Amino acid sequence: MKRLKNFLLLLMAVPVIALASEEGPALDKAPINLSDHESLQRGARIFVNYCLNCHSASAMRYSRMEDLGLTEEQIKENLLFAAEKPGETMTVAMNKKEAKGWFGSAPPDLSVIARARGSDWLYTYLRSFYRDDSRPTGWNNVVFDKVAMPHVLWSLQGEMVPVRKKEGEHEVIERLELAKPGSVTLAEYDAMVGDLVNYLTWMGEPDQLKRKELGLIVLAFLAIFFVVAYYLKKEFWKDVH
Amino acid sequence: MSQEADGQKVDTRKRKFLIAATSAVGGVAVAGVAVPLVMSMLPSARAKAAGAPVDVDISKIEPGMLLTSEWRGKPVWVVNRTKEMLDLLGKHDDKLVDPNSEQPQQPPYCKNATRSIKPEYLVAVGICTHLGCSPTYRKEVGAADLGADWPGGFFCPCHGSRFDLAARVFKNVPAPTNLVIPPHQYLSDTKLLIGVDTKGA
Amino acid sequence: MSALQKMMGWIDDRFPLTATYKAHLSEYYAPKNFNFWYFFGSLALLVLVMQIVTGIFLTMNYKPDSELAFGSVEYIMRDVDWGWLIRYMHSTGASMFFVVVYLHMFRGLMYGSYRKPRELIWIFGVLIYLALMAEAFLGYLLPWGQMSYWGAQVIVNLFAAVPFIGDDLSLWIRGDYVISDATLNRFFAFHVIALPLVLIALVAVHLVALHEVGSNNPDGIEIKKKKDANGIPLDGIPFHPYYTVKDIVGVIVFLMVFSAIVFFGPTMGGYFLEANNFIPADPLKTPPHIAPLWYFTPFYAILRAVPPMFGSQFPGVVAMGLSIVLLFFLPWLDRGKVKSIRYRGPIYKIALALFIVAFVGLGYLGLLPPSPVATILAQTFSVIYFLFFLLMPWYTSIDKTKPEPERVTG
Repeated sequence: MKRLKNFLLLLMAVPVIALASEEGPALDKAPINLSDHESLQRGARIFVNYCLNCHSASAMRYSRMEDLGLTEEQIKENLLFAAEKPGETMTVAMNKKEAKGWFGSAPPDLSVIARARGSDWLYTYLRSFYRDDSRPTGWNNVVFDKVAMPHVLWSLQGEMVPVRKKEGEHEVIERLELAKPGSVTLAEYDAMVGDLVNYLTWMGEPDQLKRKELGLIVLAFLAIFFVVAYYLKKEFWKDVH
Repeated sequence: MSQEADGQKVDTRKRKFLIAATSAVGGVAVAGVAVPLVMSMLPSARAKAAGAPVDVDISKIEPGMLLTSEWRGKPVWVVNRTKEMLDLLGKHDDKLVDPNSEQPQQPPYCKNATRSIKPEYLVAVGICTHLGCSPTYRKEVGAADLGADWPGGFFCPCHGSRFDLAARVFKNVPAPTNLVIPPHQYLSDTKLLIGVDTKGA
Repeated sequence: MSALQKMMGWIDDRFPLTATYKAHLSEYYAPKNFNFWYFFGSLALLVLVMQIVTGIFLTMNYKPDSELAFGSVEYIMRDVDWGWLIRYMHSTGASMFFVVVYLHMFRGLMYGSYRKPRELIWIFGVLIYLALMAEAFLGYLLPWGQMSYWGAQVIVNLFAAVPFIGDDLSLWIRGDYVISDATLNRFFAFHVIALPLVLIALVAVHLVALHEVGSNNPDGIEIKKKKDANGIPLDGIPFHPYYTVKDIVGVIVFLMVFSAIVFFGPTMGGYFLEANNFIPADPLKTPPHIAPLWYFTPFYAILRAVPPMFGSQFPGVVAMGLSIVLLFFLPWLDRGKVKSIRYRGPIYKIALALFIVAFVGLGYLGLLPPSPVATILAQTFSVIYFLFFLLMPWYTSIDKTKPEPERVTG
């Protein structure tokens, strides 16, 4: 049994070491709260207004937003710009090939982007654009160098410029500074991106809260099952000496 | 191997109870796994979205003409019946299987002489009640191949079933019942919604 | 005679129902001293059934088409009622299959379950393990994500390292110049039809062979040597009801762990479902770091530990193949006088401990991007892995063993 314990401890240590070896710029923690329907609704509105022009979410049906406490009428009036019926998925009219010509790469589908990239990465990424005249779009990003996407939310955030510092041989970006204010304050902008990322996280797996709720019921049921089966085993094993 | 030895008595009642309890809980567990599997075979969100009610603009249907639209993957006909057509409807009741629409092949609000909400517009699912072919629209009265007494209606090419212009089935054909009238309602004078019952009906 | 008895009589005249029930359950005598490690056989069977059932239901909505596959998986996750549960059960089941199978194999190593007269049980078991690896590899392509695609690309390219025929061989496996729609379609066919049939057949013969010779036990002694007047082993108890009721408890505990993963962390931090696999396969863009899923990484690490020789990757491929082939010879490599680790001497205990450290270590290193330190470590662990088998005839025969007991203990 002692060896078993050591073995299990070793197994548990593996993910810890693996995580420690990851690299890249530090990410900010995204304020995710999937029970906050108001935040998710705000995020959904930002998503259809700013993202859905170029990015599709082809696995996501508009009608699914009823899970966020919206009625079919509300979805139709406030969110349904690119489709006719709430039962349709979030597709875009933009041609993938043309888009590739314009941006250098086709804008990815965002249905499961939060699962691929992680919420924290998205939250940091959307707040890390800065002015870079060497780029064709005029924008660059701290966590995604030479990104093809322009800063779509710049009119809100304003224009950020990098503050560099020397680190050994290289110059690295220490932080970003606001050069030209946008229509909202930086704190308001962070909150908006937080709502958007919250929505993207929800959209990555709309059933995730239900999954966890059901998990508690299943585990509680199995606990009861365990007690009954344990006593059955104990009763029969009285015979065995 | 020493069961029931050492003078120990087996408590049969307790064992039976525990077996029953474990079986019961185990049965619930099996059912709990089976339900999601069975439910996964119901129409998916995509199928439901595709089966959502359809709007049909009926203003463009000229008198006597038929418009086919699609609802839940089935053809749904809308026929703009002329006065002459409507007049003919009541004259062959003796040749029909179910002239008064006693069979529940239509919503209650269409259980009338014309099998429709507005007399001039027939809305019917264009699937033969025999084996599911789609009948053809044959409005010409007394068509040569259908006999001199043909009052106009629908003819199924697969097995020769005949229906009149209220989609009622004639006697002595394979189809057993009238064609289905789908739930529908008028959103306006020119707009029809197929798939949703008329409110208050 | 009751109606039920009559019906049983009717059936028994035509089909050996009662006889089969007796032979494999109520009068199959298993040693009474099974411990914790003996749960994993029945659990592996449970997971197999679960994979087949959930797999059938996934097949109803999955599309083996490179244009549609990725979307159809997301369709299952969202649009199909309960599809997310079925999919997570299947993806979690794949990893948990290997968890229980590895623990089941470790049990065999500890208690000498592969030794005479159980050599065939072991060989069938290794074949099951091989079929399972093939099944897992083929299934992992189906979601058609980046990791699916590039993982398959790397593994299929291993076959290209075979001298002379390699290029043609890998071309034949893919049915195209790259992993493509043709590959996806054939992998689907093998994953849902061919290999499940092979697996079921192998599991059947594994069990038939087991019930022919009877189960080993933690003491590694034969209970059939000591029988009572009726010919029943003194240390045996009928499998049913004693081990059925015991295994139910094991199953429930396993299901609790399984459910905890399915409902609270189906990706297991990227070890069961990788983040990059939520990006659709892109033949033009390789993810920065590709590693196979955790259950393959020990062998992947062995592959990478062997440097290319004569400008060919083939030696690494051979080493990887050999590391699995060696398992087949285990029954004849072990010359120990006793089976169970309980009565083995210190040498085998140390050897087994080193082997486990090397195997787990290789598994860990296989997950990491290559680095000089990792390569040296992987080479050390690989040597230990091979020496465990190759030196076994020597160290097991000189090991100081303790005498085995006459009857099973505790």
